[in-house]
Amino acid sequence: MSGLYILGYFIVSFFALSIIGLFIFWIDRKITARLQWRVGPPWYQNFADIIKLSGKEVLIPENSNKFMFIFSPILALISATICGTILLLILRSELGFEGDLILFVYLLTLPSLSIILGGSASGNVLASVGISRELKLLLSYELPFICGIIIPTIKTHFTTSLIEILKYQQLNGSHIFSISGIIGFIIILISSTGKIGVVPFDLAEAETEIAGGALIEYSGILLGFYKLAKSILLFVIPAFIILLYLGGTTLDNLLGVLIFILKYIFVVVLITLIRNTNPRLRIDQALKFFWGWLTLIGIVGILFALSGV
Amino acid sequence: MANNKKVIVPIGPYHPLLEEPEFFELYCDGEEVVDIEWIAGYNHRGIEKLSESKHYDQVTFLVERICGICSTSHPIAYCNAVEDLCGIEIPERAKYIRSIIGELERLHSHLLWVGLAGHFLGYNTVFMWAWKYREGILDMFEMITGNRNHYAMLRIGGVRRDIEDQDIPVLKKTLSEVKDKIKMLTEAVLDDPVLAARLKGIGVLKKEDIKNYGAVGPVARASGIDIDVRKDDPYAAYKIVEWKVITTESGDVFDKAVVRLLECFESIKIIEQCLDAIYRKKGEICKEIREIPEGEGIGRHEAPRGEVFHYVRSDGRTTNPVRHKIRAPSYVNIPTFKSSCIGETISDVCIILAGVDPCYCCTERLAVYDKDKKKKIYSFQDLVKKSIEKTEKIKKEIGKEVKLWKKLL
Repeated sequence: MSGLYILGYFIVSFFALSIIGLFIFWIDRKITARLQWRVGPPWYQNFADIIKLSGKEVLIPENSNKFMFIFSPILALISATICGTILLLILRSELGFEGDLILFVYLLTLPSLSIILGGSASGNVLASVGISRELKLLLSYELPFICGIIIPTIKTHFTTSLIEILKYQQLNGSHIFSISGIIGFIIILISSTGKIGVVPFDLAEAETEIAGGALIEYSGILLGFYKLAKSILLFVIPAFIILLYLGGTTLDNLLGVLIFILKYIFVVVLITLIRNTNPRLRIDQALKFFWGWLTLIGIVGILFALSGV
Repeated sequence: MANNKKVIVPIGPYHPLLEEPEFFELYCDGEEVVDIEWIAGYNHRGIEKLSESKHYDQVTFLVERICGICSTSHPIAYCNAVEDLCGIEIPERAKYIRSIIGELERLHSHLLWVGLAGHFLGYNTVFMWAWKYREGILDMFEMITGNRNHYAMLRIGGVRRDIEDQDIPVLKKTLSEVKDKIKMLTEAVLDDPVLAARLKGIGVLKKEDIKNYGAVGPVARASGIDIDVRKDDPYAAYKIVEWKVITTESGDVFDKAVVRLLECFESIKIIEQCLDAIYRKKGEICKEIREIPEGEGIGRHEAPRGEVFHYVRSDGRTTNPVRHKIRAPSYVNIPTFKSSCIGETISDVCIILAGVDPCYCCTERLAVYDKDKKKKIYSFQDLVKKSIEKTEKIKKEIGKEVKLWKKLL
């Protein structure tokens, strides 16, 4: 496969991911609205938002590090798109290698890191509070998140290849139909709400406390890049969870695509429900929760997986 | 100053937490708040001075504009003050109607606070549900007074409008529906473990703090001090009906929520008794007052946020008050942040600051554009007509139509 082909694939998947991500974001907003007795936005609202943001003036604060300030949102968008591209390739069973799971986990932390970079480059007090929270949150949710990744790895005979995990599930049934699978699914679902940055773990943005946190100084298309990266993550993370736990689907035929969409909406609705039935936690509570209960349950899940339950 | 090396985190003058212009400077050491400075006065409107140039009857409607949420608390306190000055007793029916309006206002204000507190915690579902349930109370307001806000019900010597007999069963039915909904909301909020983890034990105000700062209303009652003007210095119908003052002991933000939610049920109890008392009974609703004698009077009312105090002085010659002094509850409640916020984290400080329910005033003006005829804005007369039409619609939907609104047209 030539480099040009991969570049082309990257660009095509960028547009595809943006459209899917923004549309999924609409589903999330619509469900939220219906839960809250509201009408909710029309389906094109998120597209309109991004188009509107791209037409707005970009304000760069005077005392900021200008290169990092502009570079960080682009980094966030690119890393989120690479994650999505890898996932699309694997779901279509095209590309993959031993260890791409580890690469994927690394790439998934990049959007959070770029928010930290951008926030610290902006030189705002509220942003500094936001990035300190984002950093603590990143440290706390990674541990149970990785527990949730280790469980399917163990169940697939210690492989770190995403394609292997997918193919194993196609032959032997999804990982969720076992005790350790259910435990792992719950853990990864909860810690992924921290990764996407929605309530109860939206402390880094916390509109009513620190008015947007790390993103407070961003405007125009740079803010649009962050929003786009976030909505791509809203596609990537649930799809990743499906790949690890609810696998057994390919995107080759129409039925497979349909089943994938149903599973996907199931996961998104779960995340939406979590975010609509909880208040925002404090950072120390979030840390205690992730490193305490959730990691303990994760270790129990790993032990179950090792004993083959 | 010792705070030189601390980071200042600003909350205000424009901040999503406080919709009104107020400025809190949080001196922070990491996430911990070590000191707070408060700057207020961005929104001074000179109402006390303005009222000295208005007729006694006009001031009733002027003080309504002090706040969009406690818009009937100030008129009640003002009327109490002028009636105290004149030394008159208002008719019994007017007393009941005043209590009904005052308690309905407490209901809608407490629900509004519960919703906003949910919003500040990122719990938007509670926000929307509380405000949805509040709609029923606003509909009742519209049925009784014709307005959702700024009810214009009071005048010196009584009330302006009567509650018709055929409305009362409908009002009681709506009230019992609202009661069920509030019960559901209360159970949901008080049983939520995450909310409890977030709110319990933060922003604790001890009894001494309350006494030192002179805090009033639900803030004081959450710390176990049972001050309530309605019990301590009864006016309107509060002496006649049966109800109790809600207090809790610990004084944290959770208890403030508990006090407010439980007070809703007491308010419903009061309204039900008042509606029963005026049902199928005729009576005067207002006493004519021709002259305001020389002298001074004070009036108090337990607003949703605490005691409202009005002082009026008359020289017996002019038709307007010579001096009019107002003390609103938020002004004594907000400074308690000095003892409740210091030492807490930024996240907690935000909800503690909102926990005293600082009074917002955000009444909107309406402008409607016509797409086809390009830019058409309703005139004042059109808006009045539309408002009356809407009131009639609500009345048709939840009760029987009353001819009073036809007369106004």
